[in-house]
Order: sequence, then structure tokens, then C-alpha cells
Amino acid sequence: MSMPWQLGELEPDALHASPPGLSRRPLTTIGPSSGWQLLNVRELWQFRELLFFLTWRDVKVRYKQTLLGATWALLQPLMMMVVFTIFFHKKAGIPSGELPYHLFVYSGLVTWTFFATAITQAGNSVVTSERLITKVYFPRLAIPFASVGAAVVDFLIAFSLLIGLMLWYGILPGLNLLAAPAIFACVVLAALGVGTLLAALNVAYRDFRYVIPFLVQIWLFATPTIYLPDAVPSPAAGASGAGLLQSILALNPMTGLVAAFRAATLGGEMPWNDLAVSMATTLLMFVVGCLYFRKVEDNFADII
Amino acid sequence: MPTLSSRLEAAIRVENLAKRYRVSQAGRGWRGYRTLRETLAGAATSLARRWRHGHPDEEFWALHDVGFEIAPGEVVGIIGGNGAGKSTLLKILSRITRPTRGRVEIRGRVGSLLEVGTGFHPELTGRENIFLNGAILGMTRREILRSFEAIVDFAGVEPFLDTPVKRYSSGMHVRLAFAVAAHLEPEILIVDEVLAVGDAQFQKKCLGKMGQVAEGGRTVLFVSHNMAAVQNLCRRVVHLDKGRVIHDGDTESCIAAYLRSMAPPGSKVDLRQSPQRKSGSRPTLTELEICDVSGELTTCIKAGDALVFKLHYESPHPLTGPAFRVIVSTITGTRVFTVNTRWNAASLEEAPAHGCAVCTIPGLPLVPGEYVASVGCNENGQTLDFVDGVAGFSVEPSDYFGTGQLPKPMHGATLVEARWDVLSGNGDGPHPGCLAAQDALSRQADLVS
Repeated sequence: MSMPWQLGELEPDALHASPPGLSRRPLTTIGPSSGWQLLNVRELWQFRELLFFLTWRDVKVRYKQTLLGATWALLQPLMMMVVFTIFFHKKAGIPSGELPYHLFVYSGLVTWTFFATAITQAGNSVVTSERLITKVYFPRLAIPFASVGAAVVDFLIAFSLLIGLMLWYGILPGLNLLAAPAIFACVVLAALGVGTLLAALNVAYRDFRYVIPFLVQIWLFATPTIYLPDAVPSPAAGASGAGLLQSILALNPMTGLVAAFRAATLGGEMPWNDLAVSMATTLLMFVVGCLYFRKVEDNFADII
Repeated sequence: MPTLSSRLEAAIRVENLAKRYRVSQAGRGWRGYRTLRETLAGAATSLARRWRHGHPDEEFWALHDVGFEIAPGEVVGIIGGNGAGKSTLLKILSRITRPTRGRVEIRGRVGSLLEVGTGFHPELTGRENIFLNGAILGMTRREILRSFEAIVDFAGVEPFLDTPVKRYSSGMHVRLAFAVAAHLEPEILIVDEVLAVGDAQFQKKCLGKMGQVAEGGRTVLFVSHNMAAVQNLCRRVVHLDKGRVIHDGDTESCIAAYLRSMAPPGSKVDLRQSPQRKSGSRPTLTELEICDVSGELTTCIKAGDALVFKLHYESPHPLTGPAFRVIVSTITGTRVFTVNTRWNAASLEEAPAHGCAVCTIPGLPLVPGEYVASVGCNENGQTLDFVDGVAGFSVEPSDYFGTGQLPKPMHGATLVEARWDVLSGNGDGPHPGCLAAQDALSRQADLVS
């Protein structure tokens, strides 16, 4: 991670050299809460450096005073991979298709770990930034967004190991790999949506501090990270309620995204239908999360 | 009345601003957050209450139809007692919270220093924190780079730039935080009590920096309980009380009115049920009267006039070895002087069970301002009774020295008689003033012997 003061040269800035003319002074109007708003893209863009610095802070601070440092970003999915391989594959005999099970599970876990870390950190981010919220103004969305940004850095570290493992096993990615960034972007969008929603709810109701870890656990098993999507009993199998179960699982945005990301990296057929459904639910979650956050953010300083 | 052009160009325009807190909500600040269950229960009870009484929750208006305009480049102080709404107003102006009604128009970039160092992360180094905190306060990376050296210089933390801030002393922490904030270059600066931190020298430096900012043509809004700082910095003051603007005008008159409103009332105070009585006291003092030389009750005395305190007391038995005292303090709590029977008079052997101690100060040597009196009495060196800050009085300007010059609060706390002789050369040898003083001393010594 490079230091911000090494990023650019100090150059003369024409805009700042000019005296602050009256006409140039931006007009800000403050009034009572204005109801539902999605995103103020212009303002977020104005504060893009803050977003960068908050992300950078979260990354820097996360592994401070640890022995292993950023290795933890690798160890978390790696150790889960070992555990799942031993218990689910060797003992329970869960199939993984044509792929080696640990590779199969690691590719799912890379995506999943990102999602889980992102929503956990984002969900608690606003509450832990209480001092900032009550003392300084900036677009509040920057806080959960920065948490998700920090998780992206972890993801990139863990993802490089996936590439290493693939090379080791001689699995060469096909053209599908080109779709991986787009699919990952969808995962980020889903994490932003869920993260902001949880963050806003957590400010008003601290119950969510306890709900989040629980939610993450359940969600892992509702996502085909460690099993093939068709391992869930299909309606054709005749089990009662199985059809309902499968349609609920299909609404989980991570279902299609994890499978699609796996197909993009390890090869295999792209699950277009699942992906389309997941993208729709992802978009919905992002809109709902941001709308709710923006609706209640004006009260944060009063109730946090 | 502002002209049309000044109305168009106002840096800050506040119109009918009001902010309501629900009492349950206001209370939550210190009681803690609420849980989902409480919300559901609360919704049910408030619904029931609304149905029965027609009003949902207890309300508290922190601001009530506040309105004012500030022209670009004006330096305005905001004063008021606790709970006057100062902090709420600043929070709205710096966009931390929204008003319930009304609107604010702000022309220009706002920098607010509601508390320095809020953006600091203990694990990051000083250098890293300068960048992080700068970004949080709204500076771009380029601006931070440009003033980086000035910030480090101002804070004086250069050797520790790469040390985590958690290992800083609290003084270094505050200095660095203020330095970052002070180098923010917004058109409008909102400052809340930053001067309450650091040692006296650093406070002076901060005040100097603020003055510099103000002279640079920026608009400054300054909230403080430090009247001296307000007086030094601001030419206009807005006085808030219970969420309303009760005075908006020049600094001198506004501060005087504020201090008058803060002073306890009355020249004749019943002490029997006083809540200001120090705990553990035996209520003995019954009444305090403040009079002028003719014995008339007064709350207002001219500098240099005689002031009389009459201290009534009642005890179940005659007092043995009693001592009465009156302590005079400024409104900000600095003790100016104490008068005590043990120092000013030969110690008393005893005093009747029911009586009155009268203290006359022939010429009050105080600069004009508001003062508070505390009273106490001892028996055999033990405190019998003490009532803190019971009565207030004000001292009016007067021609104390008989020279036609009126002493002002800015000249100090007390008025001292002095003789001046301006001589030629080095001023060697005995000068008339010294000779006169020696003369007076020897005459006093003769009198004693």
C-alpha cells in the first residue's frame, strides 16, 4: 500500500490561486429532512478523497499490531477451505463435479469471505464512527462504503492465491475470466447494499450487532459456496417444500454470483439464469440499502 | 436594516430555525440506544397516549425561531448559558443534524471545529493522521500537502511524525489536532470552545491564529464561554437563551447584558432555604443585605463608592470565637478578595446568639463588571455555615481617580492608587513619590509605637 503523500507531485493549482469570488462560493441550503433520496453522486465525487482515506485507514488499521499482518486475508479462506475439505468432502462426501474439491470450495470461499467481511465491517462501521458522525459533516455513506473498499483489498490478496492454486493444478482459465471483474463488481454492489442497510439499522437498533454474525453464518449455508447448486433437492425429487426452498435460495443474490464467479475462474458452464436473477436482486438490495440509509442518516447524530 | 445587496451576499442567513427533540430521544443520548423491543413497546404506548391525550411525546425545543444574517468577513460570537441552544445551532450550521423547521443558506465552504482531533486514529502515525484528519475536515490532498510543513511547525511534533498517535502525550495530541484544523482554509469557519484545551501558551497561540483567520477576511462564528476571548475576537455577538435570540448587537453591550442575566438577583437575600448552601453546614446565616453608604439596598454601585454587607445570623446559643466572612468573585468564578472579621478587626471573643455582622468597604477598588458574593461564618476555627454565590451586584464605571478617566474591565481586575513622577535622565536619587511613601510609613510606625 503506497502512502498518500507519495502519490502525486505538488503542483500549482489554478483554482485555488484565484481569490474566492462571491459568485464562485457554492450555496448550501439546509432545511428539514427532505425524504427519500438514493445517491448524491456529485457530493460523493466531491468527497472521493475522503472515501479513499477512510478505506486506506481501514486497511492500515485492520492488521496493526498483528504478527502475521495481511497474511490473515489469505489464512481465513484457506483455513476454511481445509476444514470444509476434511469434513464436507472427505467425511460427508459432498461432490464438487469435475473439479478438485478444495479448489472448488476455495473459489467460492474467496467470494464469500469478501462478502461476509464486507457486510460485517460495514454493518458496524457507522456505530464505531460515532465521534466522527457527531462532530463533522461528510456524506455518511462514505463510512460503510470505505469498509467495503477495505474488504476489496483483502479480496485481491486472497484472489491472487486462487490464481496460484489454479496454475499449480494446471487449470487455465478460458475467455470466461473476462467476465470475472463484472461479476465481482456485482458482489461489491450486493455487499454495499446489505452493508449500508445493516449499518443504518444498527444505529437505531443495536440488536443488529448480534444479528450480523448470525446472519452471516446462515447466509453461508444458503449459498452454494461449499456445495454444488444442484445439491439442493429439486422440486422434481418430490420432497415437500423443496420447491419453495429452492426458489428462496435462488433469490439470494450470492447464489448466482458465487456460481458465476466460479465458472468465470475455474471454467465450466456459466449459470446465466441464476446470474440474471442474482443481478436483479443485487440491484434491488443496493437500492433498498441506500434509500433506507439516506432516509435515516439525518437522524444519526441525534440517536447514535 | 440590511440593504438588498447585503441580503443577497450574506455568508450565512438563518431563517426561523427551530429544532425539536423528543424528550425520550434527548434522554437517549446519555441513557444509551434503544432496542427493537423498546421501539415496538414505545410505538404502542405513544399510540395509546396519542389516543387518550392527543399529544404523542414530551417535546423539547432546543431552538425556537432563530434568525440572523452574517455578512462575509464578519466575526461573530455566540454566547449563552448551558442549554441555550448554542451547540444545536452549530450542529445545524455544520450540517451534522437537520432542523425541524426553517432554513439556512450558507455561501462558501464551511469548516467546523466542533471538537479537535475527532478524526484521529490512535494506531496511525502523526503523519498519517494529518492526512486522514485533513480529508475528514474536507481538505483535498493537494491542500494538505501544501500546508503540511506549516501544520507540523505549528504543532511542534516534528520528531514524532512517524510515531503512532496513541503514544503521544495528550498535549501533543491536541496541538497536532488543532494545527490541522487551523490550516483548513474555508470561507466560513465555525469554532466551538477549542480554546478550552492545552496550556495557556498554546491557547494564546490558538487565539492568535483565530485572529489571523478573522483578519484574512473570512467569516468566523465563534462559540465560547470565555468572554475575554469573545471580546478580543468578535465585533458582534448573538446572545441565545432557551433557544431564542435575545440580543444581537455590538460585543460590549451584548456581553454586559449576558453577564447581568447570569448574576444572581437581589440585594437582600434570604439564606435560610438557599440551595447554594455547602453541604454539612449548620444553617446559621439567615439573610444578606447589600447596601450603599446611606444604608439603601442596592445591586449597583459605582467604583470607589462605599459598599456595605449586612450579614444576619441566628444561632441556638451565643457564638464563641466567631468569624464572619464575605468572598467577592467575578462572574467567571475568580476570587477577587475576601473580607474576614479575623483579618480586618481584632478577633471577637463572642457574639450574641442572634445578631448582625456589618462589613463596610470604604472605597470599592473594583473595575466595572458583575460580581458575586459568597458568605460564611466560623466558630472556633470550624466552619459553621457557608453559602456560595448567593448575591450579585454590579460595579458601574466612575471617575475613581478623580482624573476624568473611566476605568474599564479591560484594564484589569482592581483599581490601584499610585503616584507618578516623570523625571529627566535616569531618574536617580530620591524622587518625590518615594519620599512621600517613606514618610507615610514612618508616620504609621510612630502611631503603632
